[in-house]
Amino acid sequence: MSQSVQTAPAPPEPGESPRVTPALRRRVLARPEVGSLVAAVIIFVFFLSAAPSFRSAESLFTVLYQSSTIGIVAVGVGLLMIGGEFDLSAGVITTSAGLANSMLCWYYGINLWVGAAVSLALCLLIGFLNGYLVMRTGIPSFLITLGTFFVLQGANLGVTKLVTGSVSSTDISRMDGFDSLQAVFASSFRVGSVTVWITVLWWALFVALAAWVLQRTRTGNWIYAVGGAPDSARAVGVPVIKTKIALFMTVSFLGWFVGMHTLYRFNTLQAGNGVGNEFLYIIAAVVGGTLLTGGFGNAVGVAVGAFIFGMTSLGIVYAGWDPNWFKAFLGVMLLLAVLVNLYVRRLSTTTRKAG
Amino acid sequence: MTTRRTAGVRLLAALAVVALSATACSGGGRQKADDGDTGGGNAPGSSGYTIAMITHETPGDTFWDKIRAGANQAAKDEGVILRYSNDPDAAKQAVLIQNAVDSRVSGIATTLVTPNALAGAVRTATNAGIPVVGFNSGIDQYRKLGALMYFGSDETLAGQTAGRRLGQAGAKHPLCVIQAAGSVALEARCAGVKSAVSGTENIQVNGADDAAVVATLQAKLSQDSSIDAIVTLGAPIAIDALKAMDSSGSKAKLVTFDLNAEAAQDIQDGKIDFSIDQQPYVQGYMAVTSLYLYLKNGNDIGGGKAVLTGPSFVDQSNIDKILPFTKNNTR
Repeated sequence: MSQSVQTAPAPPEPGESPRVTPALRRRVLARPEVGSLVAAVIIFVFFLSAAPSFRSAESLFTVLYQSSTIGIVAVGVGLLMIGGEFDLSAGVITTSAGLANSMLCWYYGINLWVGAAVSLALCLLIGFLNGYLVMRTGIPSFLITLGTFFVLQGANLGVTKLVTGSVSSTDISRMDGFDSLQAVFASSFRVGSVTVWITVLWWALFVALAAWVLQRTRTGNWIYAVGGAPDSARAVGVPVIKTKIALFMTVSFLGWFVGMHTLYRFNTLQAGNGVGNEFLYIIAAVVGGTLLTGGFGNAVGVAVGAFIFGMTSLGIVYAGWDPNWFKAFLGVMLLLAVLVNLYVRRLSTTTRKAG
Repeated sequence: MTTRRTAGVRLLAALAVVALSATACSGGGRQKADDGDTGGGNAPGSSGYTIAMITHETPGDTFWDKIRAGANQAAKDEGVILRYSNDPDAAKQAVLIQNAVDSRVSGIATTLVTPNALAGAVRTATNAGIPVVGFNSGIDQYRKLGALMYFGSDETLAGQTAGRRLGQAGAKHPLCVIQAAGSVALEARCAGVKSAVSGTENIQVNGADDAAVVATLQAKLSQDSSIDAIVTLGAPIAIDALKAMDSSGSKAKLVTFDLNAEAAQDIQDGKIDFSIDQQPYVQGYMAVTSLYLYLKNGNDIGGGKAVLTGPSFVDQSNIDKILPFTKNNTR
């Protein structure tokens, strides 16, 4: 109980005088990920001092694994939010992806690779529909994807029950293709005493790819443009509709990816799982400096946001604190992260906002 | 990133439509996928009774599948029309009970997980002369609420028995894994374990995300290497716990509440020590059957006391017999 007081210290300290910022420093501080990086370092140091068992490479990689399962989808969600839209179906689609693959193959006895491909197509279709409906109807994506969220949640349960007679998918570990798919999506290898899950590498790859697209390509400019000022973007010839639909499809692709990981790591899936994770992705993006209103943010920031979430949720366990307080700790840590983020960004009184 | 060309998008969409139709039509395939279970039974409603079953099921939990499988089988055996509805929210569950009263069913079987919130609705039913039977949860309060009979497990007793058994095996520091925050039944189980082994520690995990459960347990096991036993409160969590123990090289003993096909297999393989089964199939079956007997014959089951469907232990000694039943989704 007295432990809970310990969360309060670790005040945001990078407060010097904001007046005399040289140009370089201002430019650094204006980057969306800097605030979250500072927060991540503070939280990291805090747990290093508070939780002895946190201080090992093994622990760090457990945290990275936890972060990667959130972070992979969060990359897509972050891009989408920079593009000015939400996707609330991103959490359940991971389960839909796994279930579609598992049950299709189990039912018809076909190779799991075929199921994985069909599942990918299905997910991309869902992403396409999300984007298409949002663009066609002009209804906010919050509502459209809320609809998709409920449809998928219901379909996950309904179809699973229909196919397997239960609300969990069946054992597919002895089917063709399981081992090779597991190697791609859910394998791990050891470096010294550390177990590295392949999702951590995939996560790094996706973050790098997203960062490159955002920073270095025309598509990246389009994403900032459609999120910051869609009307002006359209006026200067940015393909707004295509860009946004592509963003929705990116999210569902990454959702599919994590779904594949979950399926091939856990073999059977509970049809009700995945619900609630959509908010974790959004939280990761926002903690990482993405604006809820779109037009601002970047991939590294989102990755740091996911890392903060993973670190906080496991750091509490490593510290051995009373589990009843878990959510309260988590909330304090996330608030801290957001506050530090805001504070650091305020330090740079730059006018550079939307891209 | 993704396809930018319209043709590509169209092709993709077409492919996906094919995929969708392929998955959608799988309901009518070669497998016997109906949940009608075994046996012939009577025509639905041939007894003239309609029984409403109302639970606090959160959709997507295999445990409730078995309760429903039991209830469906009983309805079939006895020619009863069964109306099932559920809502994890107490206020909404009360409304569902009210709905059943309004539609003048012959009997109501309900879980009483939040007795105070449901008391009013149950009273409306008993005032209207509709017999009410409690099951699954509410063992201490069902009488007070006016329910006639009760079928379920005593969660505290189940926890104590499990704890005692762990204690006899030499466990000093068990970890009790709670997968849903704020559940009275889950807390009672862990409290029961703790009353038998005082070194018991609780941990909270997010049961809706397997990867998160594994990572959290892995973190806990490496934080505290003195943990010599893990108690999971649901079969899917036990499977996650096995993965976490594997990754962290923990030698702890694993026991779990409830069963599913995978956990049963792990018991046979010796990876899980034992399961504390509350026999949900029996709960569903008896809840309907007791109402049927009460309506038809005025019977009272349990001699004025709750009928315990658990704790029943499943371990190496009896798993060979039980394993096939778990695959049928009846155990």
